[in-house]
Amino acid sequence: MRNFLADRVVNIKPSGIRKFFDIVSEMKDAISLGVGEPDFDTPWHIREEGIYAFERGKTFYTSNAGLKDLRTEISKYIERKQGVIYDPDCEILVTVGGSEAIDIGLRAVLNPGDEVIIPQPSYVSYEPCTILAGGKPVIVELKAENEFRLTPEQLSNAITPKTKVLILPYPNNPTGGIMERDDLEKIAKIIIEKDILVMSDEIYSALTYKDKHTSIIELDGMRERTIMINGFSKAYAMTGWRLGYACAPKEIIKQMTKIHQFAIMCAPTISQYAAIEALKNGDENVEEMRKSYNQRRRFLMHRFKEIGLECFEPFGAFYVFPCIKEFGMTSEEFATRFLKEEKVALVPGTAFGECGEGYLRISYAYSIDNLKIAIGRLEKFINRLREEKTSR
Amino acid sequence: MREELLAILEKNSRIDFNELAIMLGTTEEEVLKEISELENEGIICGYHTLINWDKTSIEKVTGLIEVKVTPQRGKGFDEMAERIYKYPEVKAVYLMSGGYDLLVILEEKTLKEIAGFVSDKLSTLDSVLSTTTHFILKKYKDHGTVLKKAEKDEREVIIP
Repeated sequence: MRNFLADRVVNIKPSGIRKFFDIVSEMKDAISLGVGEPDFDTPWHIREEGIYAFERGKTFYTSNAGLKDLRTEISKYIERKQGVIYDPDCEILVTVGGSEAIDIGLRAVLNPGDEVIIPQPSYVSYEPCTILAGGKPVIVELKAENEFRLTPEQLSNAITPKTKVLILPYPNNPTGGIMERDDLEKIAKIIIEKDILVMSDEIYSALTYKDKHTSIIELDGMRERTIMINGFSKAYAMTGWRLGYACAPKEIIKQMTKIHQFAIMCAPTISQYAAIEALKNGDENVEEMRKSYNQRRRFLMHRFKEIGLECFEPFGAFYVFPCIKEFGMTSEEFATRFLKEEKVALVPGTAFGECGEGYLRISYAYSIDNLKIAIGRLEKFINRLREEKTSR
Repeated sequence: MREELLAILEKNSRIDFNELAIMLGTTEEEVLKEISELENEGIICGYHTLINWDKTSIEKVTGLIEVKVTPQRGKGFDEMAERIYKYPEVKAVYLMSGGYDLLVILEEKTLKEIAGFVSDKLSTLDSVLSTTTHFILKKYKDHGTVLKKAEKDEREVIIP
């Protein structure tokens, strides 16, 4: 029989997390710090609205772009948060999670050989989606000493005549890093000068712990060259509802809608009704969850200091990204040994790009009590490693 | 800090103060100072334990009694409320809008004791016009806490 598989797909590396996941799933009693989704349930009034939509028989397709009412609420939300206006009729597309928006956004703009600048460590799907869309990923390695921000120098060095898109993944998974207004202003100048399009993945925008999140769309001349991606998963604890959206100039949304229409048809209808309620009446829930995350973040930073584990202070998302270089192990070795010896699962930094080597992603989407136990075990493990090192 | 502090304490009054300070990004001294101020101002009125008595072998009956009273000149309902809440078996007294005036929550060992309280003590008070007594059959949620074991974390162990 012939080999039926597409080379382009076969050549994509499987997610680094997958391998680790297989080890974890064999261990029944392991506890985890490895989860990239909120520990909160979706607020009840939002779930209730979903149930109500079922009861009213809202079980048909919606328009391709998503319910008009939802797009209107999204538009109002962005105006409220970012002070930028998008036309619900032609500049907003409701997608199946932020993930779909990343995929079809890249497919809508890339010609074969176009280069996409991807800062790493970052979410696992930018690189494969770029390749599947025929583009060429150009990796920029973010540095801990810059708090994993993208610097103008790094950006300039990565740009070639073939550069078309810059992915801007802030607040960042896995580092928890953010880009503030002056950081964005510095890179915006280069972006405009070099005539590049930005794909700004702002799925964690509601979860920042310094000032309120600034989006690059707020800067002069950036709205017209940005695909801004957001969604409901992280802010409203709605991961399983699979709902996100993209906001962009209408020419881009038009092409994205074409792909979305043929590949997906529309985002889940029930989820869309629930999301309207989330945007209308969910601000307080988000604030409550944000406060909890912030308390846990402070707790972890404090514990790391006590343990003497090096970690820059992150101000976004729900991750910390401590450095383990002092132990002379790879991230994967560390994570595997920690899992086997202390039964705690966390994600090696390398799952988010090679430059994540020497780091671990620790999620704080867990209750303080859970975190306490897990970090207690981390402390024990680290003390043992340090003893091993001195006795050698 | 005050609002966030109260929100945490309302859920867990046994939290370690040092830990509380870390979570709020402040010092233990600041937390202690704030708490003692909150106590002095009568904002924090006590530290209680939420007990699901149904799970013990101890018998407890909770009654909700709707009371209609004649307000007294110059004192309104306050004096009546005071006369009622002074009984130690009375757990709570609220002034209500609507069809009756005072809601009295009573905890006793038996139905009979509650009946006795209503007939002997409450309804014999001069300004009490009428009472309607309800008994609680089962408590599902109390003080914002669902009275059953927490559900298991159903999330995948590793998610990018």
